[in-house]
Amino acid sequence: MRKLACAALLLGVAVYAWPAAANDGLTKIIKDPKQWGIQTGDYANTRYSKLDQINAGNVGKLQVAWSFSTGVLRGHEGGPLVIGDVMYVHTPFPNIVYALDLNNDGKILWKYEPKQDPNVIPVMCCDTVNRGLAYSDGMIYLHQADTTLVALDAKTGEKKWSVLNGDPKKGETNTATVLPVKDKVIVGISGGEFGVRCHVTAYDTKTGKQVWRGYSMGPDSDLLVDPEKTTALGKPVGKDSSLKTWEGDQWKIGGGCTWGWYSYDPETNLVYYGSGNPSTWNPKQRPGDNKWSMTVWARDADTGVAKWVYQMTPHDEWDYDGINEMILTDQQFNGAPRKLLTHFDRNGFGYTLDRVSGDLLVAEKYDPAVNWATKVDMDRNSPTFGRPLVVAKYSTEQNGEDVNSKGICPAALGTKDQQPAAFSPKTNLFYVPTNHVCMDYEPFRVSYTAGQPYVGATLSMYPAPNSHGGMGNFIAWDNTKGKIVWSLPEPFSVWSGALATAGDVVFYGTLEGYLKAVDAKTGKELYKFKTPSGIIGNVTTYEHGGKQYVAVLSGVGGWAGIGLAAGLTDPNAGLGAVGGYAALSSYTNLGGQLTVFAVPN
Amino acid sequence: MTNSAFGRSNPSPARKRPAGRVLSALLAIAPLVMCLALPPAAAQAQEQPAASANAVGTAPDGSKTHGGQEASVDDLGKYTLPDGTPTYRIAPDGTMDWFTYSGYRRYHAECHVCHGPDGMGSTYAPALANSLKTLTYEQFMETVVNGKKTIGVGTADQVMPAFGENLNVMCYMDDLYVYLKARADGALDRTRPSKREDKTKAYGENENQCFGRK
Repeated sequence: MRKLACAALLLGVAVYAWPAAANDGLTKIIKDPKQWGIQTGDYANTRYSKLDQINAGNVGKLQVAWSFSTGVLRGHEGGPLVIGDVMYVHTPFPNIVYALDLNNDGKILWKYEPKQDPNVIPVMCCDTVNRGLAYSDGMIYLHQADTTLVALDAKTGEKKWSVLNGDPKKGETNTATVLPVKDKVIVGISGGEFGVRCHVTAYDTKTGKQVWRGYSMGPDSDLLVDPEKTTALGKPVGKDSSLKTWEGDQWKIGGGCTWGWYSYDPETNLVYYGSGNPSTWNPKQRPGDNKWSMTVWARDADTGVAKWVYQMTPHDEWDYDGINEMILTDQQFNGAPRKLLTHFDRNGFGYTLDRVSGDLLVAEKYDPAVNWATKVDMDRNSPTFGRPLVVAKYSTEQNGEDVNSKGICPAALGTKDQQPAAFSPKTNLFYVPTNHVCMDYEPFRVSYTAGQPYVGATLSMYPAPNSHGGMGNFIAWDNTKGKIVWSLPEPFSVWSGALATAGDVVFYGTLEGYLKAVDAKTGKELYKFKTPSGIIGNVTTYEHGGKQYVAVLSGVGGWAGIGLAAGLTDPNAGLGAVGGYAALSSYTNLGGQLTVFAVPN
Repeated sequence: MTNSAFGRSNPSPARKRPAGRVLSALLAIAPLVMCLALPPAAAQAQEQPAASANAVGTAPDGSKTHGGQEASVDDLGKYTLPDGTPTYRIAPDGTMDWFTYSGYRRYHAECHVCHGPDGMGSTYAPALANSLKTLTYEQFMETVVNGKKTIGVGTADQVMPAFGENLNVMCYMDDLYVYLKARADGALDRTRPSKREDKTKAYGENENQCFGRK
């Protein structure tokens, strides 16, 4: 299929004719606020709901309506889907899917449990999380840990087809959700810490047949770029744009994984996502910019050909994986309407781009602690336009191998990891769950073995020094100005996806297990409830029987479950601080539960 | 490939504790086979004399070692107890041996994504700072080389991969062991070892040989 895609690239036209009516089902569901058809709520990844029955005035009265145990005690990321009268709940490995009858107190209509080789468990970096299901045209799509993509009949749970997207023996695994777009389903892959060369693949929704695959690095034909037409900051990328930025064959084990979120703009017909860190974590082993790792990608949904790319962190030296979500909004920018893309990168910069052209408009720190770069060069005439201006002291490349670079902010966790932000068109603000953690980072030489970890750095993490002592903040962000509007300190990283609603309420979960509701304008806390386990899932809302509900998965784990469980080293502990480690294990325990909330009649 | 097949093959009768000399053994032509040539862990564990004390102690020379036993040092900078097991060693002035420091570094690259910082565990893997209180040197080696599976019991499936083919781990087995032993014995707290011995020339040469570098 790659050959066909290349033909399309050369001709500059799509070689397929798509049925126009394909996937009307999902589009309708996305427009209906009573349902929740894909993990991100909508194609634009706003995580905004028009439901307003639960609002700033009554959210304080929220109560638990019902709950459901998933039976798995691992990190629970993502959230449930609601299609009509049925809720679909997924679990971490072994990736069970439950269909629950909302008309019958959540009775289990069907259960699907795949058989997967448990050897995939340790190949998954950082817990066996899964960020959830997607619905389209009567099918539920599950992308399993072992990279098997499965299409299930939404009514019966019957498997319609399945296809293997990667090979866990080489370190290829999956934690991400998928995005159905028209008659395709867009799928990413993980394995950046195993030297996998990652890619994005489109499969036919009816048959599971591969339609196109675009790699993050390699020859132009693998990337699906047109050297003349694909642009980076307005200029054609040129021939061999990736290969030129790697030494030798390192690109073949180059990482650039695609385990984040996908958004889609039907008007531009572009799919947007970010590629991850280059392999290894030791920058000295991979001289060059390592394109197109750490990159915002805009690909044509039908052909996969990239329209534009923007590399945020050339030659990564800190594991600032670029996979976080791209949120698509139509807003006023400098007094004119503009089609924007907003992205909160692991590297601590909040980027605002023109999503049609890929032009860079704003790049500002969304945590004042960020120190590895002074700023992103915004001078259009500068040869380094769009590049971060790296501070030598925090450059693990410049300090070199076997040298411990200290006090780098943010830590490799990023100022934000995958936990998705929300956007409210009522306030024009983004609500961002963040980490407030810094690190020491020491790179050293490693050798590559297929299917084995390929890391190449030691790091230690701790709460941002000289701040509130906590490891997280929940912030409101103005993407047109690049400014924090308000910031709520949290004792732990906020590892839960936010939800904004027309009721002027913003919801998020915390690692201690609280579901919190805050005022969308001021950030004032309006409600909190402690669920049985830490929350790393994303908050969902839906309406059933005329009543609005809010749902969230509890189950601590993921990257947050490493370290935070035992507590991170407190840099002030040596100065006599009492209780040097803020241990999450003092607050919560393993779990796997869905909790559904409503305001009582 | 199954590591257990060759991990347990050919126990060398000439050397009762070949893995205790991993780096030296790597000078051999077939470094991996040598470094994996471990006797079955369980059998070996039973032959082992009981450790004098399962904690840090002060050795006759004033240094801190496992159980306060006297440790001898080789040209790699590795300290070894009389029974042949490697140990950490903190000199009377607080200087940490190179292997423990190296183990700290390698642990926080290869192991901490599951076992947590400083061997403190995570929501899905045990705290090795506890495990090494009871795990013998041989059991530790066996587990790292061959992996471990705990499926369908307890709170959640736990699977440790086999690292037998991973040079980034295999070339530093003793380093990892003495670091985690220092954590388990309470000889080292949750900090990066600061004052330490330098890497010896012999260690560097061994390291390069182990990786097949010139």
